[in-house]
Parts: sequence; structure tokens; C-alpha cells
Amino acid sequence: MKKTPALLILALAILLAAKPLPAQDGVSRSHAWTTATVKGEGQPRGYVQYQNYCSMCHGEGGGKPGTLALQAKYKGAVPALLEKRTDLTPQLIKTYVRNGISVMPIFRKTEISDADLDAICAYLTRNNKQ
Amino acid sequence: MRVPPGVSPGDFADAVKQFETAIGTEWVFTSDEDVDLYRDSYSPFWHESEEPIPSAAIAPDGVEQVQAVVKIANHFKIALWTISTGKNLGYGGSAPLLGGSVVLDLKRMNRVIEVNDKNHYALVEPGVSYFDLYKYIHEKGLKVWIDPPDPGWGSLVGNALERGGGYTPMRDHFDCHCGMEVVLANGDVVRTGMGALPNARTWQQYKYGFGPYVDGIFSQSNFGVVTKMGFWLFPEPEAYLTGIVNVPKHDDLHALVEVFANLIDSNIVQATTTVVSPLAFSRDPELVALRVKGSVKDLEDYAGQKNIPYWSVSLPLYGAPKVIAAQWEYAREKFAVIPNVRFQDGPSYRFPLDGDQLSKITNPVPFGVPSLQTFSIGGPRSQGHMWFSPIIPMTGDAVLEAQQVFAQVYKDLGESNGASAAFPVWSFFARAFVIIYFFPIEHDVEKNRRNREIFRRLVKTSAERGWGEYRTHTAFMGDISEAYSFNDHALRRLHETIKDALDPHGILAAGKCGVWPKSMRKAKANA
Repeated sequence: MKKTPALLILALAILLAAKPLPAQDGVSRSHAWTTATVKGEGQPRGYVQYQNYCSMCHGEGGGKPGTLALQAKYKGAVPALLEKRTDLTPQLIKTYVRNGISVMPIFRKTEISDADLDAICAYLTRNNKQ
Repeated sequence: MRVPPGVSPGDFADAVKQFETAIGTEWVFTSDEDVDLYRDSYSPFWHESEEPIPSAAIAPDGVEQVQAVVKIANHFKIALWTISTGKNLGYGGSAPLLGGSVVLDLKRMNRVIEVNDKNHYALVEPGVSYFDLYKYIHEKGLKVWIDPPDPGWGSLVGNALERGGGYTPMRDHFDCHCGMEVVLANGDVVRTGMGALPNARTWQQYKYGFGPYVDGIFSQSNFGVVTKMGFWLFPEPEAYLTGIVNVPKHDDLHALVEVFANLIDSNIVQATTTVVSPLAFSRDPELVALRVKGSVKDLEDYAGQKNIPYWSVSLPLYGAPKVIAAQWEYAREKFAVIPNVRFQDGPSYRFPLDGDQLSKITNPVPFGVPSLQTFSIGGPRSQGHMWFSPIIPMTGDAVLEAQQVFAQVYKDLGESNGASAAFPVWSFFARAFVIIYFFPIEHDVEKNRRNREIFRRLVKTSAERGWGEYRTHTAFMGDISEAYSFNDHALRRLHETIKDALDPHGILAAGKCGVWPKSMRKAKANA
């Protein structure tokens, strides 16, 4: 993703703050990727990049095949929603992202850079018990 | 380090150094760990030596860098394979056809150059996904729709060059493109259509420019590297409704399809939909038994008892509320020739959808909203899929013939094609049906080998009937190219003439759709 100067992000955020936001939280989460860049102001990079790259399959709301697959796999033993997990490790996440699993394909470095992947790992492990 | 075919290790090492100088060391991938990321995640050759693995990958960030790397590749005669977002899963993904090729990864070229919501068009680079463009339009509040295919992570450029399709009236993606910029094998850069005028003001408004129209030769081909493409966009419509048409008898299909074809060809229905028999998909054991051993009358009786139509089609209509209501009324008048036809009003919407509505729609793709919900297909053991996609005439006869002929292929090979009896027909492209038939991929060598054999037999059978595939996986491009053999393969000979003129060293996408570099043609013909 191209970097945007901080001032521009700020200007954009101010401009868009004047418009009605798309939704309450429950609604926007199902299409979080459409607003991640805008709401990214102040959000950690891992959160933003998770919405941008992962949430279309692993987010909540209808039509999220990753969440559906994990629900079928774990049957509620662990949360189907990755963002609610507290037991993931960076090694595991990176293994799946760089090797794929089931219908989840491999993601290249031009899609998700190593730096972005590290940030996503930090976000997904933020609630792990120490 | 793997080396491209026909290139010495010394030359390749030199070329890699020159690639690094041209685009930066961090964007030239040669380690096994990095290059393995370019494997086809849904390869039908997983675990087999036939799986084509690249030797390296390079990721330029703009046209000048593309020109530079293409010139280097041309000098050293290095086979390149271009990908846009590299998500052509089911058709080869991000992997080359020819093992050892260097993948030219254009994902970093992800600028949305322009979106115009008065004349309704966009100009984008290959790395722009449907998600990217939707987000751009959404953030700027522009009143235009994009037309996503089922998976939204693909590239507008890549998908249109593959001649893929979506669901709205702009569903024929190549047809909706307007103007392109192409880097040729010698490093020259060309703009087609009105783009050939300096200071062009209508590059994305008038397709044809002046003189011979060349855009088509860059689709499903290896004649150039497309670095920009224009697309017409649909002005956001006011409303949508789906009218459902149900008929009770097997033979009603003929009239159903005839009326449907009239509505499509009159531009009244301009969307992707499917003519389907609910009886072909249900897994009710009683019905499954009837499909195998019952007569048409048995199936009609079953349908009658269960109050299921024998055939059904949904007609998606987009536009002003009064207009689409009138179109649905007109369609009902036309379908009324079929005795006991029944109509049902399907879902209807006004646009724009608010966040609450959108969150409740599982598949928002027909409303121009990209998604990945389509990957819910396949089941837990699936490791991917590939598609058999022949074009058949838009007639009831052809639909029935295809179902019977392809089912026979499975019987002849002693296989079953699962609980479904159906080869689904779709109206992705105007005036013909395309069958989109799903093959599961698993990391199981025996199953994949068997599926490849079935696939090839389907291709051959298709050709015998005068049906051809519209697109295919790199694994089958040779087979399908062989089928288009009119006048001693005159079309392929024409393609080869163009190839030799534009890319004499044959560095671009060797083997794509059956077109090989001159130096490899004899070997491939004798293989």
C-alpha cells in the first residue's frame, strides 16, 4: 500500500468527520475494510492492515468464509473470530499466511509485507495471556 | 538457485544484478523461501514434479521500471510470466505455465489514476484490486459502481485481460474496458485507442481510436505487458429487483430459454443469472434415486408433489424503479406462453444500501460490492478448485445436451460427479451460456491425476460438439488450444505470427493459451 503523508491523513479525517459515519460499530465491522484507512487515524498499524488484508474472510458478519471454516473446525472450542483468540502465536500466523491452508492461499510479500505481517501478528496476539 | 530454461547460471546471475539495479534489491526475489510464495496455491500438480515453480520473481513499481526489466529479460532471453494481483486461483494463480520462468509481479503498481463520476470511468494500474477501487470510490463518495467478479481480491486489469465476468450490467469485463497502455517485449510503451493521441481527452470514453483496433490481442495472450487499463463504470442505479420465473415441466425449458434469450438480446435483462433445475442439486435420497433410475415423468411427479419447479430462472433488473417494474411486467407477459408458469417477486433494493442493509446481505457482489464470500464453497477437505468452463448456445436443446454429454463422460470413466447432476449454465456473457463447473483440488496426487484426466476428456468431448472453453487453467491451455483447430489451426498460426513479430525471443508468458516462442514450438508439438 502506498504511504500517505500524515498531514493528508489528518485532512482527510477532518473532512470525513463532517460526513455521517457509515454505521454503528456492529455494521461497519462487517465491512470494516471499507473504512479501515479512514478510521486508521490513531489505530495501530496491525489493526488497520488486518482489516485491509484479512477481515474479508476472517472478519465478523455474514459471508466470511474464514470465520465460517474455523467455526466448523473448532465448533466453539475457541472463538471462530481470529481477533478474539488469545492463543495464536506469530509463528503460527506466519505459517498460514506464507503457506496457505485449505482454501486460504499463499500471500506474497508484495501483498502483505514482512513488516505488515509483523504488525498483524502483534495485533492478533495483543490479548494473549503472558 | 533455480535458473530459467535456456539461460546459463552466469547469465542469470548477471540478469539478477541488473534487475536489482533497475528496481531495488528488496524487490528481486531469488531465495527459495521467497519464490515459493509464487506457487499456485490451487495447483492440480501439488507434490508432483510437473508443478511449474518459478526461478525468481521481480516486482517493479511503475511503467519505467517495467520497461527496464523487460529490456533486461529480452537481452538475456529470460522467460517472464506477468501477474497483476496474482489471485487467478482456479486458473493457475500466481505461478507461471513454464517452470523456471521469472514472475513479473505488478502488485506494487496499485495506483488508481482517475475515477470520473460524470462520464463514469476509471483508469487503473494492474495492482489495483476490486477492494482497492471500491474503497477509493467509497471514500470519495462517488456515485459509480464497479463490477466485481466473485472474489474481490483480483485485479481489474488482470481479470479483464483474462476476459472474466461479474454480475451487474457491466459484467463482461473485457467488453467494458476502454483503452490500455502496454509495454512490449522490446521495452517500447504503446497506448491504444484514443491514448495514441498525445494529450488525449477521451482515452476512457471512446474505445476504438483510429486504424486497426489491437486491444484484443493483449487479452489471454503473451504479446505485451499491460500497465494501465481504462474501465467504464455503471452509474449508481436507483433500484434493483429480481423476478423469479418457475416452470413445472422438463420440456418447458425450451420456451423458458427462448424467452430468456429474447430478453437478454433486447437488453432488458442485462445481468448474470443461472437457469437451474432445483431437482439437479437436492440431496434428498428419494430424488437422488430418481435422478439415477427415474424417468422424466417420475421427476415431474416428484416436483409436483413437493411443489418444486422443474426449472427456474431469476431475472436481475437494475435501474429506475418505474423502469424495472415495467421490465418485470413485460417479462411476465413474454413468459406467459408457458402453461402453468409461476412468478415470484425476489429481493428488491433501493440504492445506496445503508450499512445496516449491507451487513445483512451475505453475497453483496451483484450490488457492486466486492467480497470473498464465494470461498465458502468446497468444504473442509478442499485445498482449492479449478473450473471447466465451456461456452454453449443459449438454447434449451444445448443445455440438455450438455448435461447429458458431460454426465456420460463421468459414466464412461467410471466416476461420479458427486450428488449434483448438474453442469450449471450462466449468462456471464451476452448471447451465450457458459457452464461453470467446479473441480475440487486436494493435496492428493491420485485424486488430482484422476481429475486432470476427467478434465481433459471433458475438453475433448466439448470440442467434438462444437463447444469451446472460454478460459482455462495453465495446466490445460495446450489441450484447449488444440481444440480450436479450424483450417489446420489457422488461428494459432496467426497468433504465432503475431508472437514472432512482437516477441521474437519469446520472453513473455511462454505457452499462454497454447502460444509458444518460436524456439520452443517444435519441442512442444512433439511432446
